Order: sequence, then C-alpha cells, then structure tokens
Amino acid sequence: MRALVEVQGVVNRFGTQIVHNGIDMQVFEGEVFGIIGGSGAGKSVLLRTILGLRRPNAGSVRFLGRELASLTAAELHALKASYGVTFQQGALFSSLNVCQNVQLPMLEHLRLTPRALDELALMRLQLVGLPTEAALKYPAQLSGGMIKRAALARALALDPVLLFLDEPTSGLDPISASAFDELLIYLQRELKLTVVMITHDLDTIFRTCSRVGVIVDGRMISDTLEAIVRNPNPWIKSYFQGERARRRRN
Amino acid sequence: MYLTARRTADELQLELSGEWRALRFTDIEAELGTVDVAGLQRISIAAAQAQLDLTGAWLLRDFLDRARAAGASVQFQGLEPATLALVERCKTGDITAHTHVIEWLDPERAVEGLGRRAVRGAREIAGGVSFVGRISVALMRALSQLRLRPVSVARHVYDTGLTAVPIVALIAFLISVILAYMGAQQLRRFGADIFVVDLVTVGVLRELGVLLTAIIVAGRSGSAFAAEIGAMQLNEEIDALSAIGVEPIEVLVLPRLLGLVIALPLLTLVADIIGLVGGGLLCHELLDMPLVQFLHRAQGAIASTTFWVGVVKAPVFACLIAISGCYCGMRVRDSSRELGRFTTLAVVQSIFFVILVDAGFAVLFMELDI
Repeated sequence: MRALVEVQGVVNRFGTQIVHNGIDMQVFEGEVFGIIGGSGAGKSVLLRTILGLRRPNAGSVRFLGRELASLTAAELHALKASYGVTFQQGALFSSLNVCQNVQLPMLEHLRLTPRALDELALMRLQLVGLPTEAALKYPAQLSGGMIKRAALARALALDPVLLFLDEPTSGLDPISASAFDELLIYLQRELKLTVVMITHDLDTIFRTCSRVGVIVDGRMISDTLEAIVRNPNPWIKSYFQGERARRRRN
Repeated sequence: MYLTARRTADELQLELSGEWRALRFTDIEAELGTVDVAGLQRISIAAAQAQLDLTGAWLLRDFLDRARAAGASVQFQGLEPATLALVERCKTGDITAHTHVIEWLDPERAVEGLGRRAVRGAREIAGGVSFVGRISVALMRALSQLRLRPVSVARHVYDTGLTAVPIVALIAFLISVILAYMGAQQLRRFGADIFVVDLVTVGVLRELGVLLTAIIVAGRSGSAFAAEIGAMQLNEEIDALSAIGVEPIEVLVLPRLLGLVIALPLLTLVADIIGLVGGGLLCHELLDMPLVQFLHRAQGAIASTTFWVGVVKAPVFACLIAISGCYCGMRVRDSSRELGRFTTLAVVQSIFFVILVDAGFAVLFMELDI
C-alpha cells in the first residue's frame, strides 16, 4: 500500500504552549483514517499543518512522497487541486450560491465550457444528495445538514484522490449524521477516495474508519480500529469505554 | 493521447488510455472533438487501460450521448467504468446558474422593480425611524437606571476620538493653509490682505473645523461601527445577546453613540486650534504679518458666538454618524457581501446626512442672525 500522506515528527508551538510534540502519522491509499483527541488536543491545527496552511515549528509533511516545505508556489497550487477539504462550519462562501461555490475550484483550476461547468457542478450536488432546487440557494438559506453536503460537493469539485474532513457530522441530528456516514462510505467506495477525517462522533468512527489516530499528550497513537479500542492508554480507554460509548453498545 | 480510434465503414473501435482526470479536461475534450460520429452504427469501447474520474466519465458520457443521437449503439469490451455508471445515475437538471436575467430590459419587470424599490425605500425610512425610537427608549431606560456603561463609552471615546487626533489635526492644518493661501491670492488684488484673517478664523471656526472632522470621523468610525456590528450580526452574536436578555441596542449602540457625542466636539476643538495655527503660520510666512497683528485682527473678526456656532453642531453630527453606522451594521444579513455593502452605505449615508444637516444649520443661524 502506498502512503499518500506522511507526517514525521511534527512539532507545533503557540508561544510556550506545546500543542504537538513530535506527531508521526501515515495515511495509506484507499483507507478512511480518523483523527480523534480531546478538545484542544490540536486536531484542527494538525489538519492545517498537513494542508500547508500552517508551517510546523519542526518536522515534515509529505504528500505522495514529496516534502511540502520544498514545493514551489506553482507546485503547491497544483497539489491543492489533488485534495479536497471541508471545514468544521462548512466555510461556504456566503456571497455565492451553492452551485457557484462548487464551481469556484473548477474555475480556478480548470478551463471548462459554461455548459460543462454547470453540468459538472449539478452532478456533484446530485452525488452528495442535494436537491436541484438547492443549487441556486445561498448558504444562509441552507440547513446544517445541507451546508455539510454542499461543502462536501465543493471538496469533490476537482475529483480529488484525497479528502480531508473536519468534523463532518458535528452539529447534525443522529439521522442526518448517519445518512452522511452512508454517503461518505458510498462515495469512498465508488470514487476510490482516501479520506482523512477529524471526528468526535463514535458512530461515525465505528461506521466508517478503518484506522484511527489518537492525539494524546502531543503525540499520535495510530492503529486499526479494533486494536485502538483495546489500547491501554488511559485517555483512549476512557474515550472508548466511557459512559456515552457504553450506552452506544447497549 | 487519451484515445485511439479505429474506424471501419460503420463501426468505430475506441480504446481509452491514460488518466481521464479533471485537470486534463481541455486535452480530452479536444481529442474527443476530433472523432467523427456521423454515419456510425456501432461503437465499441475498451476502457480497461484508462482511469476515469467523474469529470472524465462526464466527458465520455457527453461523447456517447452525441454518438447515440447520431444513431450509433454503444458496447463496452470488458467492464464499463464504474464512474460512468455513477455519472449516468446523476440526472442533471436544466438549472443554469449562469443565466443572468437583465431585469430592466423587460418593461413589465421594470415597473415591478420600480414598485419594489419604492416599497423597500419606504420600509427603510420606517426602519430608520423606529431604530432612532429604539435608541431613545434604550437611552431613557439606561438613564433612569443609571447604567451607562462608562468603561465601554470610554473605549469608544478612545477609539473614535483620541486615535483620530493625528489625522484630524493634519487635515485641519492643510485645509486652513490652503484656504488662507487661496484667499490671500484673491484679496491681495484689492489690497485687502488683512481680510485673510477674517476668512480663515470665521471659516475654520464656523464651518470647516467641524465639517471636516465630522467627515473624517464618518469615514473612520461610521464604517468601523457598521463593520463591527455587522460581523457580530453574521456570527449570530446579536441574537445571542438578545437571548441572554441583554438589549443589543443598550450594550452596542448606546456606548458608541455616547462615545462619539463626547469625542467629536473634542476633535472639533483640536481641528479649530490647529486650523487657526495653520492660518496664522501662513499669514506670518507668506504675508509677512506679525503674529500679534494676526491675533489682534482675529479678535476683531470673530464674535463670541463664532466658536460655539461651530462646536454646537458636533454632537448632532456625532449622533447622525453613530446612528447610521450602527443601523447599517444591524441590517447586515447572511453574507459577507452584505457586510461590505452596508459598511459602504454607512459612510455614504452619514456623510450625506452631515452635509444636509449642516446646510440646515446654516439657514437656521442666518435666520437667527448669529
């Protein structure tokens, strides 16, 4: 299996506060990799580091074997076409409608005819299960679940091989959340995507993830889901054996 | 090369190869465009060697649609690409996000648009009046309960007043120098150089000092008020305040209003002083008028009311600027574009009101013979 993303010894500091103290992480082709950790453990900071939005204080991030820090601006621009990202709050552009939101990455990276632009955008909206009427709506007119779906459609705009999701099901009701899980599994299988996702939703983890990385004390413990559940680390233990987790199993 | 085509009389064999990816769209489309489908009966496609993503599959489907329309039947040698099936399943509707209807070309729509604008304008005026009403109510309540939030007011006095001193002083200095210079050039022809002093002192104290200050503050603070409150509106912070039981007008608008009402007269004072200094310096340097003579002449030129006639306008202008800024901020809804629109509107509107009311004051003072 080929490693698409390799993170080695990443250190992130804010002033004197050390968030990451040597994170190692690998994401292999075709897997769904879940990142979990307590609030403030630096999950989103790690994601921003991987995406190249933040330069780590030490360590390296490699995409498809290429060191992120060594890329030129043009190479980085090209790299950004190969992954899709959804942010925690959706981060849809509020002055553009849903269709234009999906079209924006295409306009930036591809040279398409207007017909292709419209059809390809609508196809993505169909794919993530948004009704056609939603295409011309503005983000402020959408429900939470629809915003998450629209954000996913935008992340898929350039047919990335790699998808980063930051808390894709947070703020959704259990039914919408599990529908989103199913959608993710469907897309991952059909489009042969590799997915890296930050999540707190135990249901999502058990439903979708093949491997899980836990950020504890500034380091990452990653393993298959079955193995990580039995990990003796106290934080992981309380995470998976806590009250909410137990209730889930009953 | 993304495809090799072998054509017999009525059959086409297509072999797809390479990466049919979104980033190669233009190349693939160009190659597909070269394939002639006229008069074909059968197309057989071998796609095993190619990797199609959704965009690639869409291009292929588009081509196949074209071929089918020309009367050809399509067969796959080996497996049909999975992504193609996925694309086939997505029925894309007819919505074209690109078509922009130009409303005013259609007479019926133009009339409708005119009506809408009229109604919207009337609502805006009503909204503005009711906003002023809400501020008055909030002010009364705050006064009766002695909750004027001095810390917050002090912050706004600092932000809108103290930090504006350098720019206000610079502009007042430059404008009064320009005024004195232009005046001197004209008056010298009549040998009436000395009246430059009257021009500068009366002009700066009555009008220019307060008007320029108000316009600078409208640009600086009116926009800041609209942007701050607008961003809070976007972030649902205003709703959060109401939900907590805190009246947004009382905590957001009143301190800004009071802060500006305190700051603007003080800024006007600064502008007046610096303006007179600028005029005096120019007279000294350019007209060789001793400062003592300037002061003497100035004392003769201005009445006791001249200064107050200027400064009394400052709190009124402050109210206009603060109210338009805050009202525009409160009206921001839904998108960052609105934020920009209303911030612009806040500045334009407050400058407009300031000048309009200034004209009103001029008429009033003339009638009162001040």
